[in-house]
Order: sequence, then structure tokens, then C-alpha cells
Amino acid sequence: MSNKQAELTSGKLTLAWEKRQLPSPWLSVAIPIFSVFMALFLSGAFLAATGFNPLEIYGAMLDGAFGSAYGISETLVKAIPLALAGLGVALAFRMLLWNIGAEGQFYMGAFAASWVALTFPDLPTQIMLPAMFLAGALAGGLWALIPAIPRAVLGVNETITTLMLNYVAILWVDYLVYGPWRDPAGFNFPLTAPFSAAAQLPVYGTTRVHFGLIFALVGAVIIYIVLQRTKWGYEIRVIGENQAAARYAGMSITKNIMLVMFLSGGFAGLAGMSEVSGITHRLQHGISSGYGYTAIIVAWLSKLNPFMIIVVAFLLGGLLVGGYNTQTMGVPSATVSMIQGAILFFLLGGELLTRYRIYFTRKGENS
Amino acid sequence: MKKHQVMVEMKKITKSFSGNLANDKVDFIARCGEVHALLGENGAGKSTLMSALTGLYRPDSGEIRLRDKTIELKSPRDAIEHGIGMVHQHFKLVKPFTVTENIALGASTTPFLLNMDKVEAEIVSLAEKYGMKVDPRAKVWQLSVGEQQRVEIIKMLYRGAEILILDEPTAVLTPQEVDDLFETLGQMANAGCAVIFITHKFKEVMAGSDTITVLRNGQNVATVKTSETDQNKLAHLMVGREMTAKPLEKKGQPGEVVLKLDEVEAFNDKGMLALQSISTEIRAGEILGIAGVAGNGQRELAEIVTGLRETSAGKIIILGEDYTDRSPKEYISAGVAHVPEDRLGTGLVPNLNAVDNILLKNYRNHRGHFLDLKESRKLAEKMVEDFQIKLSSIDDPIKLMSGGNLQKMLLAREFHSEPKLIVTVYPVRGLDIGATRAVRQLLLEQREQGAAILLISEDLDELMELADKIAVMYEGEIMDILPPTYDNLETIGLLMAGSKCEEVGV
Ligand SMILES: Nc1ncnc2c1ncn2[C@@H]1O[C@H](COP(=O)(O)OP(=O)(O)OP(=O)(O)O)[C@@H](O)[C@H]1O
Ligand SMILES: [Mg+2]
Repeated sequence: MSNKQAELTSGKLTLAWEKRQLPSPWLSVAIPIFSVFMALFLSGAFLAATGFNPLEIYGAMLDGAFGSAYGISETLVKAIPLALAGLGVALAFRMLLWNIGAEGQFYMGAFAASWVALTFPDLPTQIMLPAMFLAGALAGGLWALIPAIPRAVLGVNETITTLMLNYVAILWVDYLVYGPWRDPAGFNFPLTAPFSAAAQLPVYGTTRVHFGLIFALVGAVIIYIVLQRTKWGYEIRVIGENQAAARYAGMSITKNIMLVMFLSGGFAGLAGMSEVSGITHRLQHGISSGYGYTAIIVAWLSKLNPFMIIVVAFLLGGLLVGGYNTQTMGVPSATVSMIQGAILFFLLGGELLTRYRIYFTRKGENS
Repeated sequence: MKKHQVMVEMKKITKSFSGNLANDKVDFIARCGEVHALLGENGAGKSTLMSALTGLYRPDSGEIRLRDKTIELKSPRDAIEHGIGMVHQHFKLVKPFTVTENIALGASTTPFLLNMDKVEAEIVSLAEKYGMKVDPRAKVWQLSVGEQQRVEIIKMLYRGAEILILDEPTAVLTPQEVDDLFETLGQMANAGCAVIFITHKFKEVMAGSDTITVLRNGQNVATVKTSETDQNKLAHLMVGREMTAKPLEKKGQPGEVVLKLDEVEAFNDKGMLALQSISTEIRAGEILGIAGVAGNGQRELAEIVTGLRETSAGKIIILGEDYTDRSPKEYISAGVAHVPEDRLGTGLVPNLNAVDNILLKNYRNHRGHFLDLKESRKLAEKMVEDFQIKLSSIDDPIKLMSGGNLQKMLLAREFHSEPKLIVTVYPVRGLDIGATRAVRQLLLEQREQGAAILLISEDLDELMELADKIAVMYEGEIMDILPPTYDNLETIGLLMAGSKCEEVGV
């Protein structure tokens, strides 16, 4: 056995990995926490090198996002569109439809809701808000249906088409707010006239937290029930896992691709509607600031689980709000973006660890 | 290396999956110059043991020694660097690429800029050395399953494999191809390699191996020389008790015509005519067996009578009603059950649990828009009990179940709805003897209950035992339909090879 001893000490230390059959449950909690700490550690080194006290900055971020009633309310304000769009994206991802067009669907939802508010300013609230709700969801849904049809019928890859349509939607809204819809009383800013009071979603107390929060919470519950309890949700789960089996079981894949994409876009459109109706009370340039893209990360990190989407949207909302707070301390906005980026990067990277087992080993070692 | 020297030794290998012991202190030795068969019931732990040897799984404990040195395998790549290569049941080839490209792909010896001619020459010489026929320039999608398997074997040899493991290699081969394969394996052993293969067929074990290891419930119950044993002893070792082989009984009289095909034609995926003027019928309580070498239109036939493929001409009549080119959904509601060839790829959803998989065909019958989850659980539990399906939990993804148990679950689901017509393609592929008997028994029960059964099989013995009449398919045509008597055996064989009836003299 002395032979083995020698191998043990002389062996070269190497890294190896093995795919996990089932993701380990406690790791899926531990790894994200660990990832965030890694990101904070690295960013901290950078902050320290650029002359800031990292602990102070992180304290300010945490405090800004979650440290006060106001901070939490602002975090919720960011979380609403992230959650709504995230629910939509996750629904499409379930069926392996790579809808990365939530941003454009958000814009179209905002546009359609604004159209209702601006065209019929005298509608009573009870009619105005449902009409804006429907218009927003419908517009987002139809916008997603444009790439869904060629995908369903001809198999045209939806990743590219949904992405390209984002630019179209953003430019369309820009055209409106710079052109025909521009508020004459708006000092030439690219925004429309404010909506009438009837077109504004109710808010909670004196905060900016609006009724869209209820949309998101109810939406999550509905999606969960539909997926787990209904026949149609069952079809979606089967199609997402194994298309051949779905066809074999007589499910219509074409129909479901279109339906799911429509609903997916509908949620993103709703996010747009609630943003104009709940926050800005008008349509304006850059209404989304990338919510539709961040929603992809929300969907991914929450592993497409609707309730996790709410939680993750809240946490990422906090990351955004906390970032703003540190800018008041003189931290450049680029650094803030970097911290945010590092956190997302480590979270997504850490994902890998829940799927693979990584371990150290010695060449020639006896396990 | 010298013949009979120990090439690789696995010592006390233990591997459990969430408390489920798949390998229990298994000792296993493969020697140079030897073809070693690994035998055992479904779920005995054969694939798990070989996965440990190829670095796919890490054993919980135990030791692997290669040429007297302890090694640790972290990945299949690691294994091939040690000269251990595996040919899986599902091939891992890139379809649009040529044979040469596939073989060069991912080999650690392949330089950044590769010299295709050199690789090609090497392939040709390897193929010649071991008596395998391949065209290095052919595209993989053009090859038959048997040819693809040869490419997989050459790929492993090209990468320097001296220990070659094949997981159920014969399941997808024609009898002729099986003979060729064993010829090749024998030559490889003669050249000093250690060859290990997994199978469920005793005939092959007796004909193609030198040594046999039998696993039962995760343990090595015996390693014996092939020359010193026989099929009965092996069966006993495998199951652990005497097998009572009651002959299967065929009862009942045929009834009305359930399926009628009238001059049906269809194209395959490559756009070539795969079925030509197929006309036949099956009555209730009757089994029509389809004999033929795989790839002669059987798959397309199964697909058109289940609505999965469109016909280009002809009519499909089910119970007097025209079903030509209707959707799979309509076939299902007409009472057509389908046991497809590719059970995990088509018949089941690997990542969903047993309850969800059992729902697949009958979820539409639940009232309203909601699933009746309580009812489905009860049904799943009942099927598991009735069909003696072995699984860890009905809430675990079914991909963790062994091949035989997957098939049982599929059959349980398909037979549950009291089908009028059952279309089954290679229903016992990959099943152990016990499960095979159980499946055949079930088919006969369905026949007795008045189902019309289309049984597509490669195994003539199976057709003789089960079918009421046998149709022989060759190049998309039904050559002839014969009664299943042993007198007809030779005729069937000739028809399968494409001889016309007149030439055969029927
Ligand atoms: N990744 C896994 N996770 C959980 N259980 C597993 C896993 N792989 C195999 N098992 C279980 O381990 C046991 C042995 O499985 P294995 O696949 O080795 O059987 P086998 O002998 O190859 O059977 P078959 O002839 O049906 O292919 C089975 O009970 C199986 O359900
Ligand atoms: Mg196996």
C-alpha cells in the first residue's frame, strides 16, 4: 500500500465536475447567497481601490433599498414592472420560446394604454382603467404574436425576431413623443400631455406604490394555478419538456405557441400599461429603462417559478434603488452599474453550481 | 498486453441514488482478449456499473484499477484518455457531418488544423482490421442504425480505446448485423482489447461472449465462463428463482374489422416514398404481426395509423369511419393506443413525474378546465401496483427509472383506456425475460378483450408466438401476408430480404 500513499501525496490537484441528476435543494438557496457575497467582495476591492469605503457604500445601498418605508416603497415601484414582465418571459421560456422581446411588448402596452387615456380623456375611472388594462395587455400580446406566427407555422427562430421588434416598438414610441403626441406645454421634452386623473392607477397612501402590484401578485397566482392545475397548463408543461411526446399525445403545438406568446406579451404589455398609468401618468421617451431585459434575468434566476419571480423582482428592484442612493454619495453611476452587473454575473454563474457538482481531486487518488 | 491478463478491475463498487442502492459492493473484472457479457434484469444496475467505469457517475465507494493501478475517472473524457470507451444505446453522432468528421470531432489527438485525408486513411485501416464496412465520406444521416453503430465503435478505437463497453448494442440491429457485430467484437478481443457488452438476450450471450457476469439487485451474483454454463442456469442466476414458463395462450375469436388500410402511401422524413400501396385489415381480437428488417417502412406505418404522419394516397378506415389524415387527437379519441419505438423520446416525458406521465393520454377526459389531481394520483398508484412497476416515488422524474419499468408504465397507460386498436413497435426492446413475458402476456390479454393489435417486431419468434397472421414488409411494401406457422419461416426470411412471392414459390 506504500505505492498508494506515494500517489496520494504526489498526485496533481485538479478540478472536476459531474452533472447533477436532480438539483440539490439546499444548494439552490445557499449558492445564490454565496454568489452575492462573492460579487460584493470583488466589487468591494474595486471600490476600495477607487477610494471609497465599500462597507459604507453597501450600507447605503441596503439602507436606500430596504432601510426605510420610503426605500421599500421605491423598491416595490421598480419591482412591479420587473415582476409583470418577468412573469410573461417565464411563461414563454416554459415552452422553450425564447421571447426576449418583453422590452418591445412593454413599450407597445404603454403606447396602447396611453392612446386610450389621451383619446378618451373624459371616461370615468371605472371604464378608463379597465379599458387601459385591456388595451395594454392586448397590444403587448399582439406584438408578441407577430414573431409567434412565423415561429409556429414555419419554425422561424423567435429569438431574433422578438429582439428586432424591440427596436421597432421603442422607435415607434419615440416617434410619437417627439412628434404627433408631444405635449405642446411640455417645453419640447419628449413626452405626451399628462393623463386625466381618471387614467391614473390608485396608489398606496402617499407612496408611489400603485395598483400594478396587485396585477403582479394576482398574475403570479393565476399562472401558478393554470400551469399546475389546468389541462391547458399541463399541455404547456409537456410541450416545454418534450415536443414529440406532446404531438404523440395529440396536443396542438402551433396553437399553443401562439397562445403562450400572446399571453407572454400580454404580461409585458401590462407592465407598460401600469408604468404609464401608475407612475409617469404620461407616455415618454425611455419609459422602460430596460425592464424588459432585466425581466429575462428575473425569469431565469427564479427558475421560471411564478412566486420566486415576485421575490426576485423585489430583490433586483432593491438593487436598482440602492444604486441610485449611492450616487448621492459621489459614487459614479458607472461604478454602481458595475456592482449591479457583478451581482447578476455571479448569480447567473452560481446557477451552474446547482446543476453541476464541482470538486477537487488528486490525479491517482483513491476515493 | 497478454491474453487473459486483467485489464480492468472494479472492486466493491457501491453507488446509491437517493437511498436506492443501484450497485452494492460489485466486483467486476474484464480481461484482455475477452468478450464479457453483462447480464441482469431491468434495474439490476448494469448501466450504473458501466457508467462508473466510463466516468459518468462517481461511485460512492469502491476502487477501479486499470492494469494494476488505481485510477479515478472524473468524466467520460477522462475515461477515454485511460483507454475506456463506451458506445451508448443512443448514438452521439452529428447527423449532417461525414463519418470522418464525426470521428475526428472532439478526439484529443485531433490537431487544430486537421488533415482529413490522414484521418480518413486511419479510419479505413481500423475498419479493415476489425472487419467493419464503412464509407468514411458518407454523411451520418444517410447511414442505417447498424452502420452508425460501427461509426461509434471506430470513433472509440480511433481515440485509443482498449476497453470497449457497449450498452445493449444489439437491441437496434438486424440478425445479420448482430452476427457481424459479434464477429467484429471477437476480432477486437483477439487484438488484445477487453470488450464488455450488456444484453438481455441469452442467445447472443451464448454465441458472442467468453465470460458472463450476472447482476441481480445491484450485486454480482456470478461470473462464469460461457462454455461452462447454459441458458437455464443463467436465467436462474438472473432472477434468483425457478422460472415457470407457462406457455402463452391465445383465446377468443376475431370480430369486426377495426383497422382497414386501402392502398396507403406515405413519404418518410427525407421525402422519399416509404410506404407503397399498403392494403390490409385487422379485426377485433386479432394480432397482425409486421415482420421485416428495420427501416423498411415499419416506423412510417405505425405513424400513419396513429395520425402522426400524413399519407400521400389511400385511405385509413377505423371501425368503418374514414380517418385518413386526421389529427393524432382524433385517433386517440377513436381508441387507438400507441406504444412507440422511442419510449423516452416520444411516449414519455422524462422530466415529469409518473403522475404527469400517466395523465398524458387521458387528461382531456377530466371534467372542465381543471385536472383532477387526486384522481390522477390514485390512478398512478393503482397502475404502479397492478403492473408491478419499480420506482422510488411517483413524484420523481421518470428519467430515473430503468428501461424495463419505463416500458411497463407506458403499457399500463396505453392499455388502461380499453383501446380498440393497439399499435406497438418493438414492444419488448431492452426488456429482460421476465418483463418480456409480462408484456407478451398483456398483449394477449388485450387481444382476448377484443383489441385489434398491430405488432411491429424484428423478432420472428415473437411474431410466431403472438401473431394471428404475419405481413412481411420490404422497402415500404407488404410482400405477402402469411399464417404464423414454422413451415412459413423460411419463406418469411426470404420475403424480408426482398424476394418476390413467385420466386419463393408460394
Ligand atoms: N440517476 C439516477 N437517479 C436515481 N436512480 C437511478 C439513477 N440511475 C439509475 N437509477 C436506479 O438504479 C437502479 C439500477 O438502474 P440501471 O439503469 O443501472 O439498471 P439496468 O440494469 O441498466 O436496467 P435496464 O436493463 O432496465 O437498463 C434502478 O432501480 C434505477 O431506477
Ligand atoms: Mg440500462
